[in-house]
Amino acid sequence: MTTPNIDWARAGQDPRFLELVAKKRKFLFSLMAFSVVFYFLLPLGAAYAPGLWATKIFGVVNFGLLFAISQFVVAWSIAFIYTRRANREFDAASEALKRDLLAQAAQRA
Amino acid sequence: MKKLQGGAFALAVSTALLASPALAQSSGVVAPQYRWLTFLVFAAIIGLTMFVTYRAASKVKSASDFYTAGGGISGVQNGWAIAGDYLSAASFLGIAGLISIYGYDGFMYSVGWLVAYITVLLVIAEPCRNIGKYTLADILAYRNNPKATRIVGAISVIVVSTFYLTAQMVGGGVLVKTLIGIDYKISVITVGMLMLAYVIFGGMVATTYVQIIKAILLVIASIVLVLLVWSQYGFFGGFLQNAVNDGGIQERVRQLLEAKQAGSTAGMSPTELGQRFLEPGLYFTSPLDQISLGLALVFGTAGLPHILMRFFTVPSAKEARVSVIWAMAIIGGFYVLTLFLGLGAAMKVGAPNILLADRGGNMAAPILAQYLGGGADSMLGNFMLAFVAAVAFATIVAVVAGLVLASASAIAHDLYVGVIRGGSATAGEQVKAARIASLVVGAMAIVIGIAAEGQNVAHLVALAFAVAASANFPCILLTLFWKRCNTGGIVLGMIVGTLSAILLVLASPNTQYPNQIRAAANGIIATQQANVATLNAELATSTDAARQEAIRQAVAGAEATIATQQARIAALGDRTTNLIGLTEPLLPLRNPGIISIPLGFLSVILGSLLWRDRRSEELWDEVYVRQNTGLGAAAASQH
Repeated sequence: MTTPNIDWARAGQDPRFLELVAKKRKFLFSLMAFSVVFYFLLPLGAAYAPGLWATKIFGVVNFGLLFAISQFVVAWSIAFIYTRRANREFDAASEALKRDLLAQAAQRA
Repeated sequence: MKKLQGGAFALAVSTALLASPALAQSSGVVAPQYRWLTFLVFAAIIGLTMFVTYRAASKVKSASDFYTAGGGISGVQNGWAIAGDYLSAASFLGIAGLISIYGYDGFMYSVGWLVAYITVLLVIAEPCRNIGKYTLADILAYRNNPKATRIVGAISVIVVSTFYLTAQMVGGGVLVKTLIGIDYKISVITVGMLMLAYVIFGGMVATTYVQIIKAILLVIASIVLVLLVWSQYGFFGGFLQNAVNDGGIQERVRQLLEAKQAGSTAGMSPTELGQRFLEPGLYFTSPLDQISLGLALVFGTAGLPHILMRFFTVPSAKEARVSVIWAMAIIGGFYVLTLFLGLGAAMKVGAPNILLADRGGNMAAPILAQYLGGGADSMLGNFMLAFVAAVAFATIVAVVAGLVLASASAIAHDLYVGVIRGGSATAGEQVKAARIASLVVGAMAIVIGIAAEGQNVAHLVALAFAVAASANFPCILLTLFWKRCNTGGIVLGMIVGTLSAILLVLASPNTQYPNQIRAAANGIIATQQANVATLNAELATSTDAARQEAIRQAVAGAEATIATQQARIAALGDRTTNLIGLTEPLLPLRNPGIISIPLGFLSVILGSLLWRDRRSEELWDEVYVRQNTGLGAAAASQH
């Protein structure tokens, strides 16, 4: 399991690592908090705002239906937003870090 | 040699299933003259999965092959397999059924099942892939006391999987019996034997392909049905307009509202009644309960061992991400289609027919297929029914296989190799232990399935999610993201999370309270006795022969109801309390999540602060760097 020769304590304090995880944490937990709050608006609204939920928007289609469908769109959008940022930014940063840490370990060995 | 055994076993199982019409009962949704068609479709699908298992069997050489397919599954494949693992009969048949009999609330219920994957995507999938090897407890054991955390982790995995498994086995037995009229016990044994064949011979490789095949068949079936529904009732706006104007739906809403409050529909026009089907409140009555269930879904999915295990089958964190994206697209798309399947069934089949076939509405999608193909007497209708039924059957087998693999890995990898053998076992010993554990768990699943016949197991799936959300999720999340988290926190969190979820359900209205059942039964008996008295009085004065006959039948019906209720009371004996000695529910909550999830988190935090564990803190940097960079992770799945 262990990868030899990596100084984990030093890696854990590496400024680039700290910057990456700080960014990731903030981004992930904000998205997470938003998605949970947005999701619970659905049962809360259905229970406590039945009038709004029954309001017709076009034809027989009411606000409640559109809001429930928007949950799917929002869930997919969050997945898209996260994936794009992870692919463009987080992956590159962690790859660079990984290369450096392995190079340092090789030097020590 | 193993391949040969596998092939022979597969043949035996298929023959057992195909030979069983001899033992079949006459009931079942499939028309008897077309049962051969059903068996043909079943045989084709089982044959396909068996072929895949046969091919996979030769690839299983190490524990890594058995538990995680050697980490060689691609992100796209894994996405389909996750969808196949997750879209159990409860969501595939259950949600379409809920929509068909309750409208909007059923659709609203489906949303939580998708939103759950945001949690999986954002905080669980990638770190777990980078840290874990085969099991949930691998993640917990990494920086904590390995023995202690493996024991509590494995117990929690077994508890969650057993609840889920019981619900699947019982649900599956009932489903196959209802669909094609095979005896319940034979259905359960067939499901169990097939699943064992996949798991024992093909391990994770075969299980993954079975789940992929099932997911593809499910998506094809749903798309075909929805296209047929659209061709008859129109697309989105027009489709919904037709639903609102549908006489059957209007009548269903009228009955639901009248049952809640007599006379409440007096001033409502038919279109108002139909419109009400697209508004909330026909199924869910307690917002608190619904939020509690939502919490269990959204956080519990990330703690389900059989879902978590799927992330160890891909080669990298990036592929884990790809697999969640695919899973979300398939699962979400499927639930959107389900809206049309459910409303389509409400129009085409109608609530009375759906409820007649199954009180939970589970038969809505299969019967819709039969009706769309031309009805119970047509060849095409029965072929389509057979196809949906076979997909449902494959669903149960695939989900059960994933669950058995998760439990078996907890027993063989965590408890046997990790705790008893102290982590040292040869590759051959590990695979042997895994196969034996699978056999034991599978046999247990069959026994539990048969023993639990006739029990109401619907709430067991919700309980599995609640335990996963209250015990597994807080422990995984905090050990990954909180430096101070340690062995004490994990042990306390697992114990408190699991026990509080179970105890809260035992103290909830979900269990049987003899006094309440007695009171309800006595109420029905009193009403029926009054009914009989009135009818007999009328009989004494009536002179019309036809009317007399009708009254006699009504009396016989009422007396039968009285007898049923008296049998219910007699079955209770002199018990006055439920399983844990309560005379009435302690809490009105049916879903424990809203209490047990915060309790689980609190226990992990408290346990971590009360007990110090230097190793947990020393290893924090390593865990944190590894989970974010994937350093050393690739080595975990190479062999």
